[in-house]
Amino acid sequence: MNFKSIRTIIDKEWAEVFKNRMVLFTMIFMPLIFTVLPLVMLYFTGQEMGDMGGVGTADVPAEFLSACSSDMTGAECMQVYLVNQFLLLFMMVPVIIPVTIAAYSIVGEKTTHSLEPLLATPISTFELLLGKSLAASLPAIFVGWVSFGLFVAALPLLGVTKSVINYIAGPTWLLAIIIAGPLMAIASVNLTIFVSSRVNDPRTAEQISTLFLLPIFGLLFAQLAGVVVINVMVMLSFIGGMILVDIGMVYLGTSIFQRENILTRWK
Amino acid sequence: MIEAKALTKIFEIKKGDDIPAVVDLNLSIAQGEVFGFLGPNGAGKTTTVRMLTSLIGPTSGQAWVNGFEVGKQDQKIRRTVGVLTEHPGLYERLSAFKNLMIYANLHDVENAEKQVEKYLHMLGLWSRRDDPAGSFSKGMRQKLAIARALLHEPQVLFLDEPTSGLDPEAARLVRSFIEELGDQGRTIFLCTHNLNEADRLCNRIGIFKSRLIAVDTPANLRQEIYGRKVVFHLRTLDPAWKNSIENIEGVRDVQLVDQKFVVGMEDPEGLNPKIIRLLVENGADLLFVGELRHSLEDIYLQTLEEEGEIKDEL
Repeated sequence: MNFKSIRTIIDKEWAEVFKNRMVLFTMIFMPLIFTVLPLVMLYFTGQEMGDMGGVGTADVPAEFLSACSSDMTGAECMQVYLVNQFLLLFMMVPVIIPVTIAAYSIVGEKTTHSLEPLLATPISTFELLLGKSLAASLPAIFVGWVSFGLFVAALPLLGVTKSVINYIAGPTWLLAIIIAGPLMAIASVNLTIFVSSRVNDPRTAEQISTLFLLPIFGLLFAQLAGVVVINVMVMLSFIGGMILVDIGMVYLGTSIFQRENILTRWK
Repeated sequence: MIEAKALTKIFEIKKGDDIPAVVDLNLSIAQGEVFGFLGPNGAGKTTTVRMLTSLIGPTSGQAWVNGFEVGKQDQKIRRTVGVLTEHPGLYERLSAFKNLMIYANLHDVENAEKQVEKYLHMLGLWSRRDDPAGSFSKGMRQKLAIARALLHEPQVLFLDEPTSGLDPEAARLVRSFIEELGDQGRTIFLCTHNLNEADRLCNRIGIFKSRLIAVDTPANLRQEIYGRKVVFHLRTLDPAWKNSIENIEGVRDVQLVDQKFVVGMEDPEGLNPKIIRLLVENGADLLFVGELRHSLEDIYLQTLEEEGEIKDEL
């Protein structure tokens, strides 16, 4: 494997894609909203609960009580319940950003006919695909981790108690951000490659590829409805499922991203 | 340098619905040769280039480029050939310099920056090196794409319609650059619709429509199709002279057109003095003598027409 070629592809992708305002907007604005929103919510719920003279564990949905540790007060448990909904927002970051980058980088190359000269170089198809995948995934993973870091760092400043911070910086969230996030990024890049082979407009590719958000929304609604409580077990099962999805998606992506396919079958 | 043996590419559109793009292509192009590959739209020229540059695999047959076999040593082929694709395919948001640097790095060119600088100077783009390629005119884009194909100093170049869509001045510049490349001893496989360009630049020409219909030097193709002909312009013309000319040994045929005799022969250098002497002795006022030169366009159209007739007969 030629790492110089992979580095060159990543460098090219970033140089080109980050000059696109649409991509920059998605990369900066969305994670910012997803980070600020739970912080604002935590701040106001903290104030509200103080004003109400405290909230009891009876106010927390019964299905969720298991997620709270025994040393948590009712108010803290309520905060954990509310903030847990936002975990899923953080999980959307590594899906949406790579989709945007990959859609513009692959469909963009298709429309400007720049893929053929690129394929005529000695770079192998695997190196090219890996370069493109990394170029799309790495910023998403980085932005996801930075947003989460900023979120955790801001918690004490808002008066969030140690128990709640410990929960957020605990195994459920860390599994979601550190492992599930990158797995979802890989899947969404490969889905975008597949979709990109069929469409000629980056926005269409982006819209179709964001279908990957549906399982996250499903999880969000399931949690709100009390059907599922996101805990370590649920997250481990989700990661297991994502590994299987990734294997399928990488297979799909690599089989579609072949020189002859791109030149003769991509429409 | 480039060799193809029964090279064939058939695209399967649906099951049982095949399109033969290239059929039984046999070709041998020597080092330093500029080979013109002519054919109508959809003839399979781009498919041939894609096969020879290892971008797509053949359905059957074999080909070698620079001694490397297509389908078996693809990466080596791509490392040693330069390709100018039909569309320049530049990164429009990136500068000319960055566009070339990307390709220099992918080809692992030593002293990449110096090499990029050399070709930007050579093609007159140095002063615009920091401008995005998207702001370039069509001619400048094409020049940048040519520079990109040359960065790794390939000995074999595939140029697909290099002057297509360019204004006459830009086309002339590109053409003279191709001439220079030919003079440097590089092997050039030139796909073009511009028949004058092919006539001027190419040592040999292949006329292609899914199959290679004819291949030879432009002069030989002319001779093969039309034979050599000499035109004798006269002030006044006596039809009786026609018979006298026909009786000269070596004359193939004589046509009378306006005030001219068009004489078909194999050896004008040997026969012209005899015919001139005969005409002058008979009192003719000879104004001009010149060889009738059919354009490559005539040859091309005639060849394709004959190919069509053969197919109709079959």
